[in-house]
Amino acid sequence: MTEKILMKGNEAIAEAGIRVGCRYFFGYPITPQNELPAYMSRRLPEVQGTFLQAESEVAAINMVYGAAGAGGRVMTSSSSPGISLKQEGISYLAGSELPCVIVNITRGGPGLGGIQPAQSDYFQATRGGGHGDYYTPVLAPQSVQEAVDLTMDAFDIADKYRNPVLVLGDGMIGQMMEPVEFKKEITPDQLPEKKWATNGAAGRKPNIINSLRLQPEKLEELNLKLQEKYMAMKKAEVRYETDNIEDAEYILVAFGTTARIVKSAADMAREVGMKVGIIRPITLFPFPEDVIAKASEKARFILTVEMSLGQMVEDVRLSAKGRCPVYFQGRTGGVVPKPGEILDNLKRLAGGGK
Amino acid sequence: MKQEVIIAGFGGQGVMLLGQLLANAGMYEGENVSWMPSYGPEMRGGTANCHVIVSSEPVASPYIVEPDTAIVMSLPSMEKFAPQVKKGGLLLINSTLIEKDPGRSDLDILKVPANKIANELGNTRIANMVALGAFVGRTGTVKMETIIEAMEKTLPKRHQDFIPLNTEALKRGAELA
Repeated sequence: MTEKILMKGNEAIAEAGIRVGCRYFFGYPITPQNELPAYMSRRLPEVQGTFLQAESEVAAINMVYGAAGAGGRVMTSSSSPGISLKQEGISYLAGSELPCVIVNITRGGPGLGGIQPAQSDYFQATRGGGHGDYYTPVLAPQSVQEAVDLTMDAFDIADKYRNPVLVLGDGMIGQMMEPVEFKKEITPDQLPEKKWATNGAAGRKPNIINSLRLQPEKLEELNLKLQEKYMAMKKAEVRYETDNIEDAEYILVAFGTTARIVKSAADMAREVGMKVGIIRPITLFPFPEDVIAKASEKARFILTVEMSLGQMVEDVRLSAKGRCPVYFQGRTGGVVPKPGEILDNLKRLAGGGK
Repeated sequence: MKQEVIIAGFGGQGVMLLGQLLANAGMYEGENVSWMPSYGPEMRGGTANCHVIVSSEPVASPYIVEPDTAIVMSLPSMEKFAPQVKKGGLLLINSTLIEKDPGRSDLDILKVPANKIANELGNTRIANMVALGAFVGRTGTVKMETIIEAMEKTLPKRHQDFIPLNTEALKRGAELA
């Protein structure tokens, strides 16, 4: 049993990567995730790893491409505007089937926006983000401990599918401190060999890593292969958590830190006799469609709460397929919704309001 | 047990450290804890605050709307947070720097001349420890020994020399509670 220590989310995510064999980090500074690269710059040299502050986000993500191609466990992190800059590289990583972990400690947008917590990168995260027909698994932690556990899992999922994986937090997850323990300790030499890596072709045929396919049939073939992976992810990787949904008349859906605020609101609602349940998607892609579909058969309504003006709510509506009303409530621009606001809205909607 | 505390002051008064020691001590005593800072384009002398929750139940929202306690080290902090404190809650005021009445008759108000005591002990920077001592003395949220343990385990080596002085400041604070 390891002792719990109090850590900032950003630092805990960095340490989690190191504990599962991540030895390469390339990044460029941006608030509110700066503690993550700062921690890596201190820790990676201690474990014979490489930290490099690139000249830009575009350079950083292409360094990730290089390290991933050579077979290393590699990570980069940024916040919303920086993640936008990395999208070209993420598309190339997906097209070349290279595993890596990308952390987005989301801030308010669009544009330079602000530096306070937001969830308005949901569309970008869950729809691939860059050009082309691709997806990345998206893991959304609600606590610092979960950020640690999901970061560790993100490396395994990335290697399993040879695909980039996104850890989607927000400024709150990055900045807050909570007790954490690190349940794994894996060094790079304990990881399975990556036979496809371009790490020296002595004694074997050269491996090629490339996303260029000029023949339409060949490119279609690649795309079909990628689709098979996404279908496999939808079968095997869906994660969610439910709370009191069995007898619930009203279902709240929220992810990340917003789910904790929703939990406070749900506790208050149950105290005044409202039967409220919560569904918290942990993977945003693949999305937990089935549990929402099932809940929509019995619920009087679903209320989706986000720190945006309505993005995940579209996936909730696609899952509910019109079987019950799906309402939306959100704050944006870095404003964090308050439990009381959510309770008031729940009461209003339960009373027949729209 | 659930104690939601907002600690606020000028940047440089050590309100973040105060909150971290409290959260660490809560964790060492087996409670659930969270520490959330305000962050932004701030500077020394600007305002800073953190939200700390120590609870026997898992912490839901780490963001505090109605604190059980506000520890306010400066006048702008009191003006911002005194109105938010839960009815019957505790408002701990650094009375060296705050002369103004908080305008709340429904709270337990504890006036602690934190900077004055810190100066008597020879270092104005330990005013935060005087306030923490008074908070722990009044509420018993954690034990004083655990705060000292938290200092020993979490303060960087270069600041370990401060522990005896900090401990003295904690005690002086507790005496006022």
